[in-house]
Amino acid sequence: MIENLFEYEFLRNTFFTGLLVGIIAPLLGTFIVVRRLSLIADALSHVTLAGIAFGLLLEKKYTIGFLTPFYTGMGFSVIGSIFIEKLRSVYKAYQELAIPIILSGGVGLSVIFISLANGFNTDLYNYLFGSVSAVSRNDLYSILAISIVVIVILTLFYKELFTLSFDEEHAVVTGIHAKRIHFLFILLTALVIAASIRIVGVLLVSALMTLPVAASIRIAKGFKQTIILSIIFGEISVIIGLVSGYYLEIPPGGTIVLTSILILLLVIAFKRLHVSYAEKKVIQ
Amino acid sequence: MSESLVSMKNVSYSYETTKALIDINFEIKKGAFIGLVGPNGGGKTTLIKLLLGLAKNQKGSIELFGTKINKFKDWNKIGFVSQKANSFNKGFPATVYEVVSMGLTAKVGYFKFLSKADRRQIETAVNQVGMLDYLHQNIGDLSGGQQQRVFIARSLVSNPELLILDEPTVGVDTENVRKFYDLLHNLNEKQNISLLLVTHDTGTMTHHATDIVCLNKTLHFHGKPTEFTNLSDRELSNIYGHPLNVVTHNH
Ligand SMILES: Nc1ncnc2c1ncn2[C@@H]1O[C@H](COP(=O)(O)OP(=O)(O)O)[C@@H](O)[C@H]1O
Ligand SMILES: [Mg+2]
Repeated sequence: MIENLFEYEFLRNTFFTGLLVGIIAPLLGTFIVVRRLSLIADALSHVTLAGIAFGLLLEKKYTIGFLTPFYTGMGFSVIGSIFIEKLRSVYKAYQELAIPIILSGGVGLSVIFISLANGFNTDLYNYLFGSVSAVSRNDLYSILAISIVVIVILTLFYKELFTLSFDEEHAVVTGIHAKRIHFLFILLTALVIAASIRIVGVLLVSALMTLPVAASIRIAKGFKQTIILSIIFGEISVIIGLVSGYYLEIPPGGTIVLTSILILLLVIAFKRLHVSYAEKKVIQ
Repeated sequence: MSESLVSMKNVSYSYETTKALIDINFEIKKGAFIGLVGPNGGGKTTLIKLLLGLAKNQKGSIELFGTKINKFKDWNKIGFVSQKANSFNKGFPATVYEVVSMGLTAKVGYFKFLSKADRRQIETAVNQVGMLDYLHQNIGDLSGGQQQRVFIARSLVSNPELLILDEPTVGVDTENVRKFYDLLHNLNEKQNISLLLVTHDTGTMTHHATDIVCLNKTLHFHGKPTEFTNLSDRELSNIYGHPLNVVTHNH
């Protein structure tokens, strides 16, 4: 793949997109994991699927150039995120209820749009599991723009988001506007999901947001370190996953996620060894 | 006459079905160390929530630093350690330094980063509570008493004039409770921080507080610690609804 990378534009697009997604998915994922919102990412990815199916339907029936499945997916994801926030404030005592409601809604809509478009095709398959060949130059530019927006906003609101994630009551007492920051955060989540789906696919996007974090949280000291390690693990997974997916002719979603799981297992084993070694030292 | 930091006049508060506070008149003067005691469910946490704007004022008037609470903006003048502070997500990957830095988030403001002076301020606050050796340890790896100190540092870092603590010594062992009171005493005497402390350690607290307030829906007692220890058993059991022996109540 490395030598083909310079030869074929689609591979280059995929590779750069993968590198971008390998940064922003674990970056945002760290906040998602510590706020125990991992399942929200899943719910949103299924809403995004509905948007993509809607876009594919539009493509098939009409020719509206600018409304590609990528953009309709992103639009649905953003709308879904707004619904989740609304539902979470309606069901204050059962905030997790928002997840099955939004998730099933997304799947229901997807089924309808897919059958209206007369069933499955390779495009849809690529969106479900990711693809090494589906990224156009326009997609790459859009994802680059999203990545810049996400990184800039997260840097600007880092301390507020961090403070809110740790202890919402205390943050509110000191005068932080919890509602607005929440809203911003869920919007960013929607954008990152839409961007990542090109590479890892709908079904596995939440894995790329959470598995690298699950690994780094075991060994990192502090929040910043957790973020940095998560991004490193995310990048390793994306690179190994893309290259092996290309050679094995497997959708990269599968290989990326399996690489993440392998890293996670290695980290857990490493931690075990480390702890038992330290205990032995204490005993001696 | 010293400045009034908190003043509540004829304040009542009800949850949907329960009346939690009835006609409370209450004041905190600058320099005071107030021990707030009373039975469980007596409304202590509710009173604090009202002061902090976490619960909406329904009836009566509340003033903070001479300003009506709905106009009050200087929230960093008030530090708060919640009753729930210790029930945070123990797996949260944040170092002591990072947790204490959160106390500056609102004060520094949106779109700004922590300055060098802010960083020094964080280390000073951590040092004040004697946790400097743990600066870069994860908060989840510390003992309950140490975590409590870190949360106090988080409240101190913005240089508050009033520190409110809701049952901070629950789950802390006797030796550390003693050190904890020494710390509070020091903050009050040396740094002139006013304190409102909710606690059940009535015995220990009477040695340190300047005033004791006893709350069970209404204010039952407001006076000096010596007056509180001199209350008859009958008066105390009237307040608490069950017998309570203050002097030997020493955990
Ligand atoms: N969120 C709430 N909703 C309904 N009732 C509440 C709530 N919080 C407290 N209460 C009730 O208000 C009363 C006072 O509670 P609280 O202020 O927590 O007392 P304390 O802190 O002195 O133990 C209790 O009867 C309690 O059951
Ligand atoms: Mg309470």
